[in-house]
This record gives sequence, C-alpha cells and structure tokens, in this order.
Amino acid sequence: MHLLAFLLRRLVQAVIVMFVISVIGFSIQSNLGDPLRELVGQSVSEAERQLLRDQLGLNDPFLTQYLRFLGNAVQGDLGTSYFFKKPALEVILDKFPATFELVLVSTIMIVTLSVPIGIHAALHPERWSARLLMSASIVGISVPVFLTAILLISVFSVSLGWLPSFGRGDTVELPWGWETGLLSLDGWSHLILPSLSLASIMLPLFIRLIRAEMMEALRTEYVRFAWAKGIASKRVWLTHAFRNTLLPVITVGGVQIGTLIAYTILTETVFQWPGMGFLFLEAVNRVDTPLIIAYIIVVGLIFVVVNTIVDLVYTLVNPMMKLPGAAA
Amino acid sequence: MTPRIFLSRFLRDPGAVLAALLLLSLVAMAVLAPVLAPQNPYDPMQIDIMDSELPPFWVAGGEERFLFGTDTQGRGILSTVMYGMGVSLLIGLGAVVVQAFLGITFGMLAGYFGGWIDSFLMRLADIQLSLSTLMVAIIALAIFQAALGPGAYADLAIWMLILVIGIAEWPQYARTVRANVLVEKKKEYVDAARLTGMPARRIMARHILPNTLTPLLVISTIQVANAIVAEAALSFLGLGMPVNKPSLGSLIRSGFENVFSGQWWITAFPAIVLVILILAINLLGDWLRDTLNPKLYKGH
Repeated sequence: MHLLAFLLRRLVQAVIVMFVISVIGFSIQSNLGDPLRELVGQSVSEAERQLLRDQLGLNDPFLTQYLRFLGNAVQGDLGTSYFFKKPALEVILDKFPATFELVLVSTIMIVTLSVPIGIHAALHPERWSARLLMSASIVGISVPVFLTAILLISVFSVSLGWLPSFGRGDTVELPWGWETGLLSLDGWSHLILPSLSLASIMLPLFIRLIRAEMMEALRTEYVRFAWAKGIASKRVWLTHAFRNTLLPVITVGGVQIGTLIAYTILTETVFQWPGMGFLFLEAVNRVDTPLIIAYIIVVGLIFVVVNTIVDLVYTLVNPMMKLPGAAA
Repeated sequence: MTPRIFLSRFLRDPGAVLAALLLLSLVAMAVLAPVLAPQNPYDPMQIDIMDSELPPFWVAGGEERFLFGTDTQGRGILSTVMYGMGVSLLIGLGAVVVQAFLGITFGMLAGYFGGWIDSFLMRLADIQLSLSTLMVAIIALAIFQAALGPGAYADLAIWMLILVIGIAEWPQYARTVRANVLVEKKKEYVDAARLTGMPARRIMARHILPNTLTPLLVISTIQVANAIVAEAALSFLGLGMPVNKPSLGSLIRSGFENVFSGQWWITAFPAIVLVILILAINLLGDWLRDTLNPKLYKGH
C-alpha cells in the first residue's frame, strides 16, 4: 500500500517536472526568434504578414497556443530545425546513440573501478595503497571535468599521438538505424579519452561514498554477529557488508543523472563528440529555437525516466525501505 | 569552542595552514592585480602583438618579461591569470551571497513555520537539486544568450552568472538552515522570546540565526569552491564571461585551440591556478567540517 502511494507520488513529481519543462519550452518558442522571418524572410508586406500570422495561429490566445504546443509535443512534433531543415526531434535522436554510448562506457568504468577500490579502502584504511587512492580522489574531485579532458588530449593526443582527440571515428549502422562506435577498433580508440574524462569526475565521488558506507556497515551489529557465527570473511564482506552499501549508492547515483548530462555537454564540447550536448551548444550559437526546445524536452524526459527507474530499483533492492514522504 | 582553541587547533594542522596560506596568497594576487601585475593586459597601450605566443621564460625562446609566456594577442599569461582570478572569485563570492540570502530566508520560513510552507519549499528544493545546478545554469544561460544576442549578453554576463549560480544552489543552504531551525526552535530560549511577545521575524533573525552560523560557515567554503567551478565550466562552454573580461574559465577556453599547436601554456597556467584555488578551498572546508563538527543536513 505504501508502495502504491510512493509510486503515485513519483508519478506526480514526474508530471510536474515535465509540465515545468513544457512551459519553459513554450515560452522560449513564443519569445525567441521570429518564426515568420525564418519562413518568408523580410520581403513580405505587412498585410500578408498579418494574414500568415493568423494562419499560423500566432495571434491566438496564450492558452490556445500552449495547448497546441503541448498537443504537438506529445505527438513527437517539436518543430523543424531552422539550420538542418529537418524535424528537430529527428535531429536530436540521430545524435542520441553517440551520447548514450559515451555515458554507457563511462558508467561501466565507474562501476568496475569504484566498487573494488571503495571496498579495498574500507577494509584496509591504514594501508598506503588505500591512503594514496583517497588522496588521489580528493585531487580528482577538485579538477573540473573539462580540465581532465584537456589534460588527456594534450598528453595522449598531442604529445604521444596515441589516441585521436575529436569525433567518433568509424561507426557501424545497426539494423534499426543506430550508429554504433562499439563495433570497430577505430570507434573504441575515439571513445577511450572522452569516456575516461566523463568517468573521472564521478569516480572519486563513488569511491568515497562506497568507502564511507562500507566502513559504517562493517561496524554494525549484524556484521559482528556474522563474524561470531564464523562465516568466511569474503562472504561477510560481500553479502553482509557490501550489499547494505548499495542503497545509498543507488540513491546518490540517481541524483547524479542530471549532473552527468551536464558533464556530457562539457566532455562533448572538448572532444567535439557528435552527441546531443555538442548539438545543443551549436543550436544555442545559431539561435536554432526548435532544436533548443527539443533538446530540453528530450533531456527532461530522460531525466524523469531514469529517476523513476532508480526509485523502482531502490524499492526492489530494499524490501524494508523507509518510503520518503509516506508516513511509516 | 573559543576562538583561542580554534586557532591553536588550526596552527597544529600543517595541511590546514598550508591551504590557508595558499588561498590567502592567491586572493591577494587577485585583489592586488592592478598594482602587482606586470602589465594591464586589457589596456591596448600596454600590449604589443609582436610579443604574441612567447613561451614561459624557462623554455627556449621565452623572455624574462613574461614569466609564464604570452597569449595570441601578446598579453602576459601571469597578468591575465591574476586579473581572471579576480573575476572568478568575484562571481564565486557573489553567487554564494545570493545562495545564502535565498537559502537562509526559505530555510528559516520552512523550519520555523512548518506545515504547507515547509512541504512546498522542501519539495521545490528536492526537484531543483535533482535537476543539477550545472544543467539548470547551462540551460538558463543558453536561453538568455540566445535571446539577448552575444553582444548584449557579454555586458550582462557577470550579473547573469551570479544570479543563475546563486538561484540554482539555494537548496543547499535552505536544507541546512531548516534542519538547524527544527532543533533550535524547541529550545527554551526561543520559547522565552516568544512569551515576551517578540514577533516571529525578530526571533528568527536575532535568536535562531546566530545559532546556525557554524554549519553555514562550513557549507559556505565548499559552496564558494563549487560556484567557482560552475562559473569556470559555464565560461568554458562560451556561456559565461566574454573574452574581453575573462574569468579563469574563459582564459582556459581561449587557449584551448592552441593546445593542438603546442602552445600549452596559454591554457595550462589558468587551469593550474583554478585547480589550486579549488583544492585549497576544499581542503579548508574539510578541515572546518572536521573541526567544528556541526550538525549538517545529511540527506542527499
């Protein structure tokens, strides 16, 4: 019953966020740039302009225009990009695979590195290796993501010449139209530096978090009880202690999704990675209003969907969860 | 903790002293830039295009006049970094003042009055925090820039950055203040003040606020560092300070192209100074948190 109330609450929150985003998108559309000029240029008389404005519905009341915007948006019509002369949603979704693969590879890096390092640092806090890793993580947190990216470029691309510094390289088109860089060696060589940069900013955060939560779990009664029962140490560490650090890690991971999207914009800018973030900044410089709106709505949707999934996973991992907001 | 104990603990921790000295000297360099800097890099009379792209003095071809080399316009990197750091610090501090003002006000209201004001403000804070500061700032500034045009935007950029970073981060303060107000308002001195018929506004400002200053001091240090990083990122994306009044972020941006042609110093020195600045503030913040050990809001 609590679960239902909780899910309902999440749904309401998702709807509110999407509503706010749609209002922002609409107000950009109605205030930024003149759709008439994009359509017909300067050479049309004032009377014809008025007629066109009426036909396009630009003189309708605010609410009518907003509802039409919303209706179109729900059907996937977010306008036509001024620059690409194609539907804005299509332009954005074309770039989605590039951003997705970047995020995917760096997420895998973050998970495979932060879990063992975090556990190691929690189990042997006095060892020099753990101390070194913790000091490195403080420095890592203080280096902004675009500086890591520039540093990697200047070392591995400019000085050593080992890895390419921009673009995606060769991509292979999958049957459903998805351009992937994961199936060619060239694609991988282009992926390494950008995904490493993106991972570098989140990695220290997760290492510190896993270490702190793990150390706390090791001090609890049930872990001491497990020791007392004579259970093998590996099992105590992994099933008793580590499993209980998953909850806070998932929560923080969910909160970080917005930040991660922001960092993809930075990373893509440095590496000229042809993803959604790079496209968005180009659209801003060209004042390509439909594309700006489409990006904001797509990113908002991704954000809402991921957050809801994270909350669902959270409830699944923790059968005894204390529901945020629902009175226990 | 008395100031004396605080001071002696501080002096016994070499890491904290080092961080404080570093920070102090960087701030002094920024504040005194007009006096100390070898040249005013934004005065056309003082720069010479013939001096452009000189490497640092210890590299072959470098000159003693420009310790850290020059950029493509012949401006000394040392001078541009000193001026740029001032802009970065100004925006960082300005944004934190905005954050603190909004956050303390809303946090006080939420904690003191409770009820629907509390639920509304805290839900708003949750949503805003989950959207991430940088994302909110990027989108807000992108819209402003597209609406105003790059020329008009450049004049307003410093105010835009302060306001946007300030508004985007108020929940951090609001949560901390609220958590402390909830504890403080149950104490007897607040009851006593209320019984004398003191208005709520006065109780909040004169009695409760002074008792929440310790945690506010601790988060303020970290918040300044975060605001400086956010500003650098925004300027790097071209959404922040313009080239003729650059912060550290815009200096890094303008030198980035030159990394490929081997002129690493144009980007490297502002980048190093930025990292040292952030690191020093973060280390001090960590130390303050461990020493003062306030009850911080522990949720995420």
